[in-house]
Amino acid sequence: MSGAVLSPRGPADRLTGLFWRKPWLLLLLLIAPPLLWLGVVYLGSLAALLLQSFYAIDEFSGVVVPEFTLKTYAELFRAQNLDIILRTVWMAAAVTLACAVLAFPIAYYAARYAKGHWKAAFYLGVMLPLWSSYLVKVYAWKLILAKEGILGWAAERTHTSFVIDGLLSVPGLQGSSLSTSPIGTFLVFVYVWLPYMILPMQAALERVPTAMLEASADLGATSAQTFRSVILPLALPGVIAGSIFTFSLTLGDYIIPQIVGNSANFIGMAVYQLQGTAGNIPLAAAFAVVPILIMLVYLWLAKRAGAFDAL
Amino acid sequence: MTPAVEFRAVSRHFGPVKAVDGVDLTIAEGAFFAMLGPSGSGKTTCLRLISGFEQPSSGQIRIFGEDVSAVPPHLRNVNTVFQDYALFPHLNVRDNVAYGLMVKGMGRAQRHAQAEEMLALVKLDGYGDRKPAQLSGGQRQRVALARALVNKPRVLLLDEPLGALDLKLREAMQDELKALQARLGLTFVFVTHDQHEALSMADHLAVFNEGRIAQIGTPQDIYDRPATRFVADFVGSSNVLPPALTRALGGPEAWASLRPEAVRLAATGPVSGPVTALRYLGAGTRVALRLGETEVAALIPAGQPLPAEGETAAITFDPAALHVMGGAK
Repeated sequence: MSGAVLSPRGPADRLTGLFWRKPWLLLLLLIAPPLLWLGVVYLGSLAALLLQSFYAIDEFSGVVVPEFTLKTYAELFRAQNLDIILRTVWMAAAVTLACAVLAFPIAYYAARYAKGHWKAAFYLGVMLPLWSSYLVKVYAWKLILAKEGILGWAAERTHTSFVIDGLLSVPGLQGSSLSTSPIGTFLVFVYVWLPYMILPMQAALERVPTAMLEASADLGATSAQTFRSVILPLALPGVIAGSIFTFSLTLGDYIIPQIVGNSANFIGMAVYQLQGTAGNIPLAAAFAVVPILIMLVYLWLAKRAGAFDAL
Repeated sequence: MTPAVEFRAVSRHFGPVKAVDGVDLTIAEGAFFAMLGPSGSGKTTCLRLISGFEQPSSGQIRIFGEDVSAVPPHLRNVNTVFQDYALFPHLNVRDNVAYGLMVKGMGRAQRHAQAEEMLALVKLDGYGDRKPAQLSGGQRQRVALARALVNKPRVLLLDEPLGALDLKLREAMQDELKALQARLGLTFVFVTHDQHEALSMADHLAVFNEGRIAQIGTPQDIYDRPATRFVADFVGSSNVLPPALTRALGGPEAWASLRPEAVRLAATGPVSGPVTALRYLGAGTRVALRLGETEVAALIPAGQPLPAEGETAAITFDPAALHVMGGAK
């Protein structure tokens, strides 16, 4: 018969004992590396960025003058720069809205009805596009949207070319084909970021109990009323999470508008050009601060609207 | 009088599973009707058939004479108190209660006034601004009740309404529910797996077994005269006597039921056997005896002498307490 206390079998037993006596030690070991990463590498570089944006470039020598000034931020408000910011924000908002509208039925189906194999098929279908290179997908879309592309061909065969031509004649959306119009940029953005909207939405919808929907119907609500008064408020944190992804990813992207669209500048492209060819690091930094500010305002508004009350 | 709820040969099959199988049921207006049965016996499906969350595979359901087979839940004048209450977590208590009025298009001031009235009815005045998460289980249950009653349903459905509450609270809520039903004169239909709850609250009950109704009647009917062995066994853990034993005890050669509280111990008798277990229940002690192949329990009131385990004892009882059930399972 053995005693009430077992003797340690080896270092693993002793270590487990140590963690049991000092639970904070395990926690410290676990979170120290990510904390260092977040604190030093991530927040540190963000601080450096912020600092750079308060410097300005000497217009004659092109050298960064390390003195505090708001001159660079003032430059953001010049017509051409303001144009870039507004264009980017509009695009991000449109992409986010389109993603939300497209993602909701898919996420709802996956959360409420898909079971077993269908659920696996759903995850595969949503994730599969993420497995291939982003550049490949963007170039594929360029071909799809080109004048000689499959969309144009199909429209011609079905005698619906007038739809595309009509879209391309809308002021602000002009282009010789979809792939050189802002419509093309929009379509590719929506395609590329859609999974980032579907997944958080689906996770949020899965947490809405069926009994809640039944209770709503039981109390006399129509489907539309249940959607507005129960599903949407309860799924809102997921929708917000998804929209943070699609919104901020669109705000910062510099590749898609370069390949598809009418080459009009977006914030990401401006940052890329300013820190590269133009060598204007302060203005690039100031541009990079814009999406951060926009996201902070967006989150603050979402919180005020009660988006996180159901969390 | 038109019955409140009527089932005519209603079945609900899920693939090969016959959740509800050919049920005929009539619930009178103003009744406090219980559907009792073990889990998976079809009682909850029957409740969901009334609320409209399930549609019958065959048969007809009538609510106050109207065939509701094609009527969706939101157009049925019945309301449900859900098992886990299903309160909306993002709305405060007042808006939860007013939800049914809100979706009907009633103005804010009016619906809030009615919600407060209902909250007073369930003794929760002053709780309107709280969120459901800030309430105890018993309070949530009252909110769910108020939320259903504010719509003035003609039938109130309760799905295991007291299941999540602890014993003391459950007993208090039982009394309150009963008083509320008497006061409102509504038809209450509630589902439970707790035989004590069903017997003490309902004026009529249906005992479900494997998708069918084993017996319908008043609590006294069901308790004193169980129609089948299942009912005798499920409602109040009665002794079920096989035909040979019934005969040895002076009855006919048929299955019979005998309540433990009707059994007394004696030194001698026609049938005796060893005491196999004693279970102290507070108000009495449950003594189990082995009579041949059958275990028979006797409920001995507190204060009376008890046999020791292993001792041999015989049983006696008032012959009127023996209820012959016939051949049905």
